[in-house]
Amino acid sequence: MKTFPMGGVHPSENKLSSAKAIEVLPLPEVVNIPLAQHIGAPAVAKVAKGDKVLTGQLIAEAGSFMSANIHSPISGTVTAVDMLPNGQGLRQMMITIKREGDDWAEGIDRSQTLVKECNLSAQEIIARIKAAGIVGMGGATFPTHVKLSIPAGKKAECVIINGVECEPYLTSDHRMMLEHGEELVVGVTIVMKAVGVEKAYIGIENNKPDAIAHLQKIVASYPGIEVVPLKVRYPQGGEKQLIAAVTGRQVPPPPALPIDVGAVVCNASTTYAVYQAVQKGMPLIQRVVTITGKNLREPKNLLTRMGTPVSALIAAAGGLPENTGKVINGGPMMGRAMVNLESPVTKGCSGITVLSDHDARRHVASQCIKCAKCVAACPMGLEPYYLSKMTQKKNWDEVEARMITSCIECGCCQSTCPAYLPLLDWIRLGKQTTMGRIRARAAAAAPKK
Amino acid sequence: MEVLLYTILTLCVLGVLAAVILYFVAQKFRVEEDPRIDEVEKMLPGANCGGCGFAGCRGMADALVKRDDISELFCPVGGSDCMKAIAGYLGKAAAEKQPEVATVRCGGTCEKRPRTNEYNGARSCAVAASLYVGETGCAFGCLGFGDCVAACAFDAIHMNPQTGLPEVDPDKCTACGACVKACPKMVIELRKKWPKNRAVYVSCVSKDKGAVVMKACKAGCIGCGKCEKVCAFGAITVANNLAYIDPQKCKLCRKCVNECPTGAIKLVGMDPLPKEPKAPAAPKAAPAEKKEAPKAAPAEKKEAPKAAPAAAKETVKEAPKAAPAEKPVKETSKAAPKEPSHES
Amino acid sequence: MANKLIVAPAPHVQTSQSTAHIMRDVVIALMPALVVSTIVFGFDVLRVTALSVAACVVFEFLIQKYVVRGPLTISNWSAVVTGVLLAFNLPASIPWWIVLIGAFVAIAIAKMTFGGLGKNPFNPALVGRVFLLVAYPVQMTTWPLPVNGGAFDALSGATPLAAVKHGLAGPDALGVQDLLLGNMPGSMGEVAALALLVGFVYLLWRRVITWHIPVTILVTMALFAFVVALCKGESGAMLWQLPLFHVLAGGAILGSVFMATDYSTSPMTVKGGVIFAVGIGIITMLIRLWGAYPEGMSFAILLMNACVPLINKYVKPKRFGVK
Repeated sequence: MKTFPMGGVHPSENKLSSAKAIEVLPLPEVVNIPLAQHIGAPAVAKVAKGDKVLTGQLIAEAGSFMSANIHSPISGTVTAVDMLPNGQGLRQMMITIKREGDDWAEGIDRSQTLVKECNLSAQEIIARIKAAGIVGMGGATFPTHVKLSIPAGKKAECVIINGVECEPYLTSDHRMMLEHGEELVVGVTIVMKAVGVEKAYIGIENNKPDAIAHLQKIVASYPGIEVVPLKVRYPQGGEKQLIAAVTGRQVPPPPALPIDVGAVVCNASTTYAVYQAVQKGMPLIQRVVTITGKNLREPKNLLTRMGTPVSALIAAAGGLPENTGKVINGGPMMGRAMVNLESPVTKGCSGITVLSDHDARRHVASQCIKCAKCVAACPMGLEPYYLSKMTQKKNWDEVEARMITSCIECGCCQSTCPAYLPLLDWIRLGKQTTMGRIRARAAAAAPKK
Repeated sequence: MEVLLYTILTLCVLGVLAAVILYFVAQKFRVEEDPRIDEVEKMLPGANCGGCGFAGCRGMADALVKRDDISELFCPVGGSDCMKAIAGYLGKAAAEKQPEVATVRCGGTCEKRPRTNEYNGARSCAVAASLYVGETGCAFGCLGFGDCVAACAFDAIHMNPQTGLPEVDPDKCTACGACVKACPKMVIELRKKWPKNRAVYVSCVSKDKGAVVMKACKAGCIGCGKCEKVCAFGAITVANNLAYIDPQKCKLCRKCVNECPTGAIKLVGMDPLPKEPKAPAAPKAAPAEKKEAPKAAPAEKKEAPKAAPAAAKETVKEAPKAAPAEKPVKETSKAAPKEPSHES
Repeated sequence: MANKLIVAPAPHVQTSQSTAHIMRDVVIALMPALVVSTIVFGFDVLRVTALSVAACVVFEFLIQKYVVRGPLTISNWSAVVTGVLLAFNLPASIPWWIVLIGAFVAIAIAKMTFGGLGKNPFNPALVGRVFLLVAYPVQMTTWPLPVNGGAFDALSGATPLAAVKHGLAGPDALGVQDLLLGNMPGSMGEVAALALLVGFVYLLWRRVITWHIPVTILVTMALFAFVVALCKGESGAMLWQLPLFHVLAGGAILGSVFMATDYSTSPMTVKGGVIFAVGIGIITMLIRLWGAYPEGMSFAILLMNACVPLINKYVKPKRFGVK
């Protein structure tokens, strides 16, 4: 069975909601839509307080090439465009809409009928994806139209669909692949067309045998698409790990990109969104969010409109248990702990994980025993213990020489440390600082030439 | 006997040989250096704090000797006296700066700014700041994990466990700026150092709107602008919902302190003005900057007995209920410029 | 929900395998050898082991409490591991005061002076053992005979390695069965090759260590012995008996499985570990065949321990995407 070449861990999977069919969460009364739901420039608001908007109407436009459109997830009145706290308590610009009925903008096909035919050119497909405001829905939120626009001089050889879902607890992609497999596969053909390749792989970890079997049956009638079962190992869903697992090619260290080895990786949910956008004219206004946790009364997968407060999802799962310690936006390996449960679901939110106080609290850290488990666990072949130590000593030259910028922040090192050291906390800081130093150097070198 | 002789001889020959080799190697690799660098390094305080921008005092000394124009170089630890001495030795013109002291501009104590969550990651402000808002609802204030304390080479800044905020010991602080750089929230500022460590400053850096500030912290600046109106010297500006007192323009008249509805303006080393506007305990003179120090001296003596208990520690003026202070504002502000003549 | 939400950067899961768990697993892995050793040498084994463990733990506690004044870490079982390993390197007949001195050297000098667990450059138990070997050579090389007489009865307590070295016997004098079951004179822990291998399998199963270092050391030693046998013009059974003898006799297995794999004194990468292990194998064989001592495992490990910082500096893991 295929997998990536080095490192990795296997945390308890805890896929509590994998057998729960996707439910539709009732429409929220009020939504808050952040203008920055993606990597790159924030979108620019196109509506003002008092404006009436329809579901699916454009309310904020991409601020630059590296940005994404945002559409209204409900119909109603804009009540504010203001700074509101996000899940981490930091204020950012959001559009607040109060719901009135459920009226949709024109040109959106909401039927369930499958549309297989796509006669658009690559440019037209990318234009539709851009218009629909699609971004990577696995968590990285990289604008999809940017990813699918192959830079001049580079050539894509294959598309890899990321159905790995290696994060513990999360099941949204899994359910999506099971319930919308056919649409997903049509989405794959569209993405293949957009980047001009004949070959696509759908990578799925073999803890989802039902999804593998289901998709294998479907792709039989679609030439060039292959389902690749993968050994269960975190962080297989990392872009570079997935490419290595499927094709055996390793993306060189930054600033190299996956396209340098001829691969374009697209998340399964994103691919489904591409199908919806291109074939049905549906902008990205809703997504499947897993609400999960061992102590939740009812972990489930909810089709949720963007901007819905996280508290609404928690309520739908039976409310916060008494012993809740932590609420995480995302899975437990890479998700971000939240302080504000009224913050909205955004395009990159694949799940909400609720941990009990006991599970959430870190063990007391002791001293490094040089066990080298972090080195063995690092999927990028780095030396986490050393990078962490050198960051604390502010030895920036050394961390740069030891390739701290290659770190993908997967958390394998820290989760495997028997001394419970906050390795990644420091490495992340060192990485940020080093990237800043590299940018400053580039800026200093630029004007001279 | 013979063994002994040979042993001694061999050792001697080896020793001489090694000495000769060492001599030639030392000759070959000798680095010619300006002897003045050593001298200048001796004149510098030797703290190696990096406050000058160089890695250590040696680097600073090297630059001082080698550069023709040293007006941009300054040792914050040695101060103007040290720079003057070095400039005199080197025959160059040195920069002159007034003494400064690190000032923590956050009044969000545990009591005024309740914790809303519990941080469980690496104990570092930099790590927490890049993650989220912090343990309180204020996104601008002190995080309280002590990166500034770790950065200080002079043992001049410490966390107060009662308030959860760092406190600067002005007598130890050399204004090297290490804490300023270490603070990810940019809460610490180097401000003019007044005699007797007096100070008036806005102890808040929150640019949030007033309502947001009040929800998170009872001691934050809400940007109401009352202090700006009352200041007779144009030292206070309000921008982005935040007041700032320019230490170069401030005369320590203390009127703004009584005016602040949240107590965000901090008064250190002095008694607050009495609430009655026309009280005889007039604020001290407002002459031009340079003459400040000598003139301030007599005024200090007058106040000394009163201020004695409070002088060493910071005194936070409790927020006076703003209402009664509203009207007298104009009178005092008019009176202020007259008062110097009164005294002198 | 009563409590405040806890916030920390990702990841939000941690392994259940703590430092204490790891150290406890090492102790558990040493137990089969302790049992076999007790059967072979009698209850002296338990006495010496208990004394050594107690002394190590007490010394560590006292030093942390009154000298270093740092946090107490004796609960992480590392002093227990040092104690057991030190005892395993001593003859069962050792006087009690020598055990105390050995424990003191191991904990106070080799471990705590460098900052305690994870910072010591040399394996504490081995430093203690080598110190005793140099300071008290007579007591340290007076081997009690196995209780039941043992296979080397006639040789008045020489270890097989010493016997072979001094030409008292050939490497084929001892059967494989005796070597595996430890029916011979030697230090307490090293004689029971089979029991030690059981411990090795346990450590692998618990993912405490990887196979690279122990296997590489033993393979290097076997190859070295094989080449020597070839050069000596041996043929037939001797070609495999010499390698087998060197792998099973003396401290080869104890050293390669439990001492060379000590975390803080072995390299951080697999590649570095292999270099380290090859070095140990070669140095051990050099000392065994041509050195003054019959056994060279301790010296070899300590010498290679000294090379670990250098190995860590130059041997980096294979980076993802770098050719």
